[in-house]
Amino acid sequence: MIEVKNLSKSFDGKQILKGISTVFHKGKTNLIIGQSGSGKTVLLKSIVGLHLIDDGDIIYNGKSFVSMSNSQKRKLRQDMGMLFQGSALFDSSTVEENVRFPLDILTDWSLEEKRDRANFCLERVNLKNVNHLYPSEISGGMQKRVAIARAIALNPKYLFCDEPNSGLDPKTSILIDELIKELTQEYDMTTIINTHDMNSVMGIGDKIIFIHQGEKQWEGTKDDIFNVDNEVVESFIFASDLFRELREYHKNRK
Amino acid sequence: MFYHFGKYVLFLKRVFGKPDKHSVFLNQIIKEVDLLGINSLGIVLIISVFMGAVVTLQTAYNIDMPFIPKYTVGVAARDSILLEFSSTMVCLILAGKVGSSIASEIGTMRVTEQIDALDIMGINSAGFLVMPKVIAMVFITPLLVIISMGIGIAGGYLAGSLTGEVPAAEYVYGIQYGFRPFYITYSLIKSVVFAFIISSVSAYWGYYTSGGALEVGRASTKAVVTSSIFILLFNLLLTQLLLA
Repeated sequence: MIEVKNLSKSFDGKQILKGISTVFHKGKTNLIIGQSGSGKTVLLKSIVGLHLIDDGDIIYNGKSFVSMSNSQKRKLRQDMGMLFQGSALFDSSTVEENVRFPLDILTDWSLEEKRDRANFCLERVNLKNVNHLYPSEISGGMQKRVAIARAIALNPKYLFCDEPNSGLDPKTSILIDELIKELTQEYDMTTIINTHDMNSVMGIGDKIIFIHQGEKQWEGTKDDIFNVDNEVVESFIFASDLFRELREYHKNRK
Repeated sequence: MFYHFGKYVLFLKRVFGKPDKHSVFLNQIIKEVDLLGINSLGIVLIISVFMGAVVTLQTAYNIDMPFIPKYTVGVAARDSILLEFSSTMVCLILAGKVGSSIASEIGTMRVTEQIDALDIMGINSAGFLVMPKVIAMVFITPLLVIISMGIGIAGGYLAGSLTGEVPAAEYVYGIQYGFRPFYITYSLIKSVVFAFIISSVSAYWGYYTSGGALEVGRASTKAVVTSSIFILLFNLLLTQLLLA
């Protein structure tokens, strides 16, 4: 479980996050949604410690991240996996080397054990016969899956995904979403996903928090979404005709 | 300027942190020696041979007087090559080639979030990416400078002989005349300092790149300009310290 308490962050005097508090539950896919520029990525990167926060705290299983020493933070990070918006695979390494990388650096396993684990992770994300290829030789969707395989290589307790569907076609997006959901339950991870894709929200959102101009406007589950009474949240969620019609259908069914 | 200096010092502190895994670290160093050093051998050879030839011919044309013996050209060419050209000139060229390569490689890793990916894994990204480059450069640059010295002097020999400006025997006598081995030590000390400047300053600009492709290009330019200025500054300081 990750608890965020009154988190604030500013850059060059401009406040990006304004006192955000929430809880992200274990074994659930927790979604942070909001418009582009609302502060979602800053919030996610602050939670993982890539940005130093100005105020507040982040509690990982009862331990304050802010008061941890650098070595404690580094140890905690070995329990984290992250899927970046652009996959962030190492260009000069093959698919297998990318997945094996955290194992090479952070474990004392033999090469055979590391290869087995890398193959297992790649198979888990439904990738076969791509071990020898370089990231530039595979598609965007495959790159995302390799990045997920790398993120789960060390059996993390926490999985963070920044815009996992960006640049993907709808079908591949759904596959990636389903994969993240399955892995979250399988490994009992606390998963936090940044997205503005409403299909993801409706598909895998166990818990959703809505950020607008650096402030938390709303939080709830995907079932609560149809009863939102906040104008800003409503205008975002029901921006498309499809979702407006879905809300009407939902109301009529009641 | 003071802001960047302070940030650079803190960056160096991170760079020289304990490596995460020694076997991986050693492999990285070997890879960087090949990438930054061996791959620069071609340009070093070309520059050195022409530099030696030009220095020899220019010296020969400028001291073309009957009462100055021809072997003086060999002495002047040798001292110019050993003291200045093979260390400073070669390192300025390396600042352009290697410096821009380091800054753009690390800068691209920064803007594509590959450095964030390392940090998230609990790896000291500055140490992992930069320390092998610094060590490789500090190790390989003196070797390149020694090669440059030999090739430069050979270039002078060829130019003097082929043009007939300096007879071969006079040139060979000149390059041995009054030779001070300390000149080589002086040149190697300079090359170690310059190698450190090129690798660490370029890595600094690359590591703190933010934005996109345009900023990576800017970081690369800043790396070359800053490294070159510091090479010239430290050349002056070291000359005063070691030769005065």
